[in-house]
Amino acid sequence: MASLRTQFEVPGKMKTWSYALIGVGLVALSYGMVTKGFSSDEHEQVHFWGTLMYNSIFWTLICNASMFFICVTTLAQAGFTQSFRRIPEAISTMVPIFGAITFAVLMYIIFGHKHHIYHWLDAEAVAADPILRGKAGFLNPTFFVIWTTATIGLWSFLGWRIRQLSKQADEVEMNNETGAKFILKGTVRAALFTVWFGLTVGSTIPWLWMMSIDAHWYSTMYSWYTFASSFVAGMSLVALWLIYLKNKGYMELTSQEHLHDIGKFMFAFSIFWTYLWFSQYMLIWYANIPEETVYFKHRVQGPYKGVFFFNLIINFLCPLLILMKRSAKRNYTLVTFMAVLIIFGHWIDFYQMVMGSLMKEHVELGWLDFGILTFFVGMMILFVGKSLASKPLIPKYHPYLKESVIHQV
Amino acid sequence: MAKKKFVVGCFDDEAVLFPAVKKVRTAGFKIHDVYTPFAVHGLDHAMGLRETSLHTAGFIYGITGTSTAISCISWIFTKDWPLNIGGKPHFALPAWIPIIFELTVLFAAVGMVLTFCYLCQLAPFVKKHHFHARATDDLFVMVIECTDKTNVDDLKAFLQNNGAVETDVQIAEEGWWLGRYDKDEMRFENKQIVAA
Repeated sequence: MASLRTQFEVPGKMKTWSYALIGVGLVALSYGMVTKGFSSDEHEQVHFWGTLMYNSIFWTLICNASMFFICVTTLAQAGFTQSFRRIPEAISTMVPIFGAITFAVLMYIIFGHKHHIYHWLDAEAVAADPILRGKAGFLNPTFFVIWTTATIGLWSFLGWRIRQLSKQADEVEMNNETGAKFILKGTVRAALFTVWFGLTVGSTIPWLWMMSIDAHWYSTMYSWYTFASSFVAGMSLVALWLIYLKNKGYMELTSQEHLHDIGKFMFAFSIFWTYLWFSQYMLIWYANIPEETVYFKHRVQGPYKGVFFFNLIINFLCPLLILMKRSAKRNYTLVTFMAVLIIFGHWIDFYQMVMGSLMKEHVELGWLDFGILTFFVGMMILFVGKSLASKPLIPKYHPYLKESVIHQV
Repeated sequence: MAKKKFVVGCFDDEAVLFPAVKKVRTAGFKIHDVYTPFAVHGLDHAMGLRETSLHTAGFIYGITGTSTAISCISWIFTKDWPLNIGGKPHFALPAWIPIIFELTVLFAAVGMVLTFCYLCQLAPFVKKHHFHARATDDLFVMVIECTDKTNVDDLKAFLQNNGAVETDVQIAEEGWWLGRYDKDEMRFENKQIVAA
């Protein structure tokens, strides 16, 4: 063990790059905020706050997917993740940070009374609208604020508890008895997180944060769809960090075998995402009820047509055809390419989910979107790097570490 | 019926089997097969077997299913017997996706099972020689093909040195035959068990 490089040091280049990205992003963000966010034109306001909203939600959810990954593998008593578990752990430290940004943006929208984004904020419109009146128990500012606070707070807290427990695997050598206790404790904490995750990402939060933009429209598939989108992008992010660290000569205990398994997750959940995409689309297409087709009308036939089908090609056809072969999932270059493509693809997916409802007339995918994206990427690189450096990369006393080292696919 | 001479070595532990397989291969003997009571992880690599191409076959079957479904449904619903179903266009792709998917899975699954059976030479009434009955229970049975030059006694000693608990020599049918075991004597003839 002594010869392993377990202590990550943030390279100067990475710092420079992340600061540069954050800088560029901040310039775009503040310019956008001044010219659009606080402009008197409501259209411009919606453009800016919508863009900020989908970016912050996207990054919060894909970083949270890392913690979900740790928790479900803990519950399944999976061994193979242990040699690289510090990467998803480090990514999940972004949840409080990105969560805070999301929280701030959402609170601004709620308390700034931006009813062009959330139509249900308009009390008069709700009073005059039987459908919105019927949903008022769920779609009201009080519930929104309480549930959003609880969600982001508990994601951060429960995730933090799992990371705290994981620290023990660096400090104390475990025998059979203490090892079993450690595993049991981890299982309980992971179960708590998973239940809360199911109640939020698995059901209510995407409805509340994103689906309620189309206040009249509803789809029970929506949350699952959002979850699948964020999970597959989250796994791609883990793959990118793993490959980066391997390139730098760390993570000696993690090999192609582990990459193969992450690749399988990327492949399988791309298919799963498509399955949900199609389930949502086909039922609405088949029934052809106006109150339901309203969501797809301008996406399939209107200006978002290109984005909509591009989304399907990039997130379904590419992973299906490229990642299908075993050798592809074991190839570092190809997995890197696919991971970048999948993250970008699901970012586009979130773009069309939010902006497709906010700005139905035309697609304005431009400097603002990419500028804000740059800001989030920079933040992610900076803080995940710091967090990786703060702990050993390999939990050397973890009871399942050996299983991970000898893992073979 | 091409009968061949085989040297059979039985091992009672995976941990002994693996180094033995490696040593037998480096010594230049040709391993006919290794029969194990359960699937042993990594044994295929140790034996130097090539990657299976079953998945490539599966992909081809799947693609066949996809194109069969697409061409069949689109011909039926647009050319042969167009029906107005709920005012939908005749070429109603979303409605067909489930069927296309099902046929893809069906073709791939059935095709792969049959290919697997073919590759393993499994079929009703197809019989193969059993080198050791306990291979289905608790013994790992390594079978080495002999040539004219093989010194059988040396090879048996070599296997025993490498941890075989049982060795013997069998002259057996290499391939398969049609029949029933109770009418075949082959399984029991030429069997001289030498205790290690």
